[in-house]
Amino acid sequence: MTSGIPRVGVITFPGSLDDRDALRAVETMGGEPVALWHADPDIHGVDAVILPGGFSYGDYLRTGAIARFARVMDGVRAFAERGGPVLGICNGFQVLCESGLLPGALIRNRSLRFVCREVHLRVETSQTPVTTDLTPGEVLDIPVKHGEGQYVGDVDELARLEGEGQVVFRYCAPDGTIDAAHNPNGSANGIAGVRNADGNVVGLMPHPEHAVDPDVGPTGGQSLFASLLTQALAGV
Amino acid sequence: MAVVEQALHRALGLTDDELERIVRTLGREPNRNELAMYGAMWSEHCSYKSSKIHLRTLPSEGSAVLVGPGQDAGAVDVGDGVAVVFKMESHSHPSAIEPYQGAATGVGGIVRDIISMGARPVALMDPLMFGPLTDERNRWLLGGVVAGIGGYGNCIGVPTVGGEIHFAEPHSANPSINVMCVGIAPTQGLMTSASHIAHEGSSLVLFGASTGRDGIGGASVLASATLEDGSEGSRPSVQIGDPFAGKLLIEASLEMIEAGLLEGLQDLGAAGISCAVSESASRARMGADLDLDAVPLRERGLEAFEILTSESQERMLAVVAPERLADVRAVSEKWGLASAVIATLVPGDMLTIRHEGKIVAQLSASSLADDGPEYERPLAPDDVAETVDDPAFIPFEGDLHEALAAVLSSPNVASKRWVFEQYDSFVQGQTVAAARSDAAVIRVPGTLKGLALSSDGKGRFGHLDPYLGAAHAVAEAARNVAVTGARPLAITNCMNFGSPERPVVMWQFAEAIRGMRDACLALDTPVTGGNVSFYNESGDSAIWPTPVVGMLGLLEDYRLRVPTGFARAGLSICVLGETFAELGGSEFADVVLGVISGRPPALELERERALVDLLHEAASGDLLASAHDCSDGGLAVTLAEQAILSGHGFVVTVPGDLPPHVALFSESASRAVVAVAAERLEELGDMAAARGVPFAMVGETGGPRVVFDGLFETTVDELRDVYESAIPRLMGEDV
Amino acid sequence: MTFVFEVLVTLKPGLSDPQGKAVEGALPTLGWSNVRDVHVGKHIRLTVEADDDASARAQVEEMASRLLSNPVIERYRILETEPGDRGA
Repeated sequence: MTSGIPRVGVITFPGSLDDRDALRAVETMGGEPVALWHADPDIHGVDAVILPGGFSYGDYLRTGAIARFARVMDGVRAFAERGGPVLGICNGFQVLCESGLLPGALIRNRSLRFVCREVHLRVETSQTPVTTDLTPGEVLDIPVKHGEGQYVGDVDELARLEGEGQVVFRYCAPDGTIDAAHNPNGSANGIAGVRNADGNVVGLMPHPEHAVDPDVGPTGGQSLFASLLTQALAGV
Repeated sequence: MAVVEQALHRALGLTDDELERIVRTLGREPNRNELAMYGAMWSEHCSYKSSKIHLRTLPSEGSAVLVGPGQDAGAVDVGDGVAVVFKMESHSHPSAIEPYQGAATGVGGIVRDIISMGARPVALMDPLMFGPLTDERNRWLLGGVVAGIGGYGNCIGVPTVGGEIHFAEPHSANPSINVMCVGIAPTQGLMTSASHIAHEGSSLVLFGASTGRDGIGGASVLASATLEDGSEGSRPSVQIGDPFAGKLLIEASLEMIEAGLLEGLQDLGAAGISCAVSESASRARMGADLDLDAVPLRERGLEAFEILTSESQERMLAVVAPERLADVRAVSEKWGLASAVIATLVPGDMLTIRHEGKIVAQLSASSLADDGPEYERPLAPDDVAETVDDPAFIPFEGDLHEALAAVLSSPNVASKRWVFEQYDSFVQGQTVAAARSDAAVIRVPGTLKGLALSSDGKGRFGHLDPYLGAAHAVAEAARNVAVTGARPLAITNCMNFGSPERPVVMWQFAEAIRGMRDACLALDTPVTGGNVSFYNESGDSAIWPTPVVGMLGLLEDYRLRVPTGFARAGLSICVLGETFAELGGSEFADVVLGVISGRPPALELERERALVDLLHEAASGDLLASAHDCSDGGLAVTLAEQAILSGHGFVVTVPGDLPPHVALFSESASRAVVAVAAERLEELGDMAAARGVPFAMVGETGGPRVVFDGLFETTVDELRDVYESAIPRLMGEDV
Repeated sequence: MTFVFEVLVTLKPGLSDPQGKAVEGALPTLGWSNVRDVHVGKHIRLTVEADDDASARAQVEEMASRLLSNPVIERYRILETEPGDRGA
């Protein structure tokens, strides 16, 4: 189906910042990075799509609220409905929630301050395109950097997410314990990332693209990208 | 008629003499619009009229300097066809009134200076000074400023990787907010008036945000006069930043430059369109026909002088040849930015300005931009330092453990995590080291090079001796860069002072320039440009003379960067340099003894140079496992910080015959603490001896305990607790 | 015809409102200890060209539910003001 090297699209919205880093991470991990423009509904036959971090449209009105109406999202939605792997990082996660492609919403950090730090994440399930190479319970080191990363949903929605195994990552202590001290933004149940019901769309607030190069940070993102590239190559 | 005119020029900040000069230049009385333009352009902030003659004495040349003072930012050649563009600016007055927006627009402004040189911004640093955090207003200012810097810097995607924060009572009424930006450009792509020639008939294209009433008279009203009570009335002068527009502006500008579409690029900052158009014309040695009706406005009804002096943010002015105009407008549109041709370059020197079909001003471009007044203001020495003995002579019987805890928890020394975690240090993916390192280290893409960046100011030293304060700032910045293994290359500066109309302040300024000059010559770090912030005083309270230095250093191979914290257990700890009985201006004297007196530590520039060269040589030979410079708080703090950063404790025997408290807390210059593998000690010792740098092996790293042999001991955990909890506690958080 | 609307957007009750809590916590330091249940929301003003009031309002309803608010976490209220009324 594909040439042997998975093609991974990374969308640039006006105000996207970590698009370059995501493209570079794809390349470093052995994939072919494909830059996608927000105004182009065609996603050019890529094998996976990444919505990167940043401040699309300045985060004005609500984070991700305006980007979700970008023309490229038509292509993303169709791709997701076909079962294609879609990864939303930070602002990308926010866009996917606003689009209804992922449940819940992200609001301002409980401290009301932007937080940039390395955190530990516990993998909750290997049943997603970014965690196939990982084991539930495994702890990864990845940075977060956001002002609006508090994951919320109403009581019933959260219960359903937990029950269906749709939580993919949680903030934790180095030994995997979930507690308030290691939750950087007050997210419900320490949720750092979720998947959709079908399991092909994943969003997380931490930045795996800043965690593949040991010279500039931790390396917890390597296995996420490795999993994604494997899944992308396997085809839809 | 004459009486009305006089009042107007004074309200715009012009003296009677300056008005006379304008009349002579024009050959007639200036009209209202012309007065407004001169008022803005000849303000202290824009014209540097009180500082120029002194700034000229700073060394600004060097084999690596590509662009010195006088352009929008300085530039240094770092090899492999790469130029580094950098500059520091202040935005203190607006931040005192509206801390978030004042700081945010400060970031916006300095970033635009960098891109106007054709460089992509890759790092921000923020040296800040506030009053003590025990005061609620200072906590409010700190919170607002940090949120503003983060809010703007994070949103435009430039990592904030370092800075420093100092607290002192004189800054309560006058916080100092300095911001430094560093950018990278191909040496062939630098936009200077030498490299890019503008032609007759070329268009001046304004692109970015629309023009409103922001900051009308901001340059002359705020920065050229001291803050009075009732600053509420100054609120309209504070601009509101739009970082989203700022980000689009970066991308659009760099795309235009890369495509070779521009003959020149200028950012709009203080004095808005007046400044950008007159400087663009003057640099091209031409005049311009400017049509204010072409300027995209945010609201209707702006008068000519308002359009001319508005400081609306996120606007740039491009010089474009006619055949390139369509392409430039297309790039602007792609990024969602408005663009308009507002002027055309014409032969001669005249700036002719039209509004609503009529000529509303006509004056010489070079008179506005280049021929501003220059003052040699009177100087009168200050006598602060002559009176009192060095606090090292005050007997001290107190508990050393408690003293260390007091110094470590002093806000000047304590962990600034509360601040730097509000800044994105990861974006762009090139940050090797950030806030928890003596100098930030940024990779240069496409090479193995690393840029080492440090910003340093020594206000307390400057208060006691302005010459030494400035020299120490340069020395410490060089040392901070050198301990990472980098070679210091050049500096930018921000001179934060009181009113130049007071002879004491002018003397402090002249002394500081002298100290900076001597240090820059000795350390071979020319000044590539900078900023002067005068009038930082209100009523009787002026800030301490605080020149802040932004140092650029180069690592040929970023992988050889030396970390700050102890690299591992079992390493030998060595002190390079010598400790003297000097507690003048030290943190210990202030916090434990309660005195700010004496003279700052001596500074022998040759010793400092020898240390810097030694560190570079040792690092290049992969000899240093870690290195940290000695500064605020002295040796005890240097060791404690390395333990806290790494988690490795140490056992150390403090060398020499000084009283223990002096040995531990003296802030003598030209010292660093390095950790070395035992088998390479002799090699380092020989290297140090060859350069005449004193060298003493004092102990070993490892374990959970921190032991000052024969004096006291504690644990890494306890020190970390004290160090990390101080500022959050002061800011009212649960710790 | 020209119509001016104001849309007030607030978080659904029960959801975490850190801004509201921060404001609630700050009021006592200014001397008001008799305030509770503080919530911070958004106010959006729109000037709409439409054939009549009913049509304008229907359009603003759709704007409010599709863009101006996120139905997952927010609810909205629409007020119509007189054109030219720029009260605080």
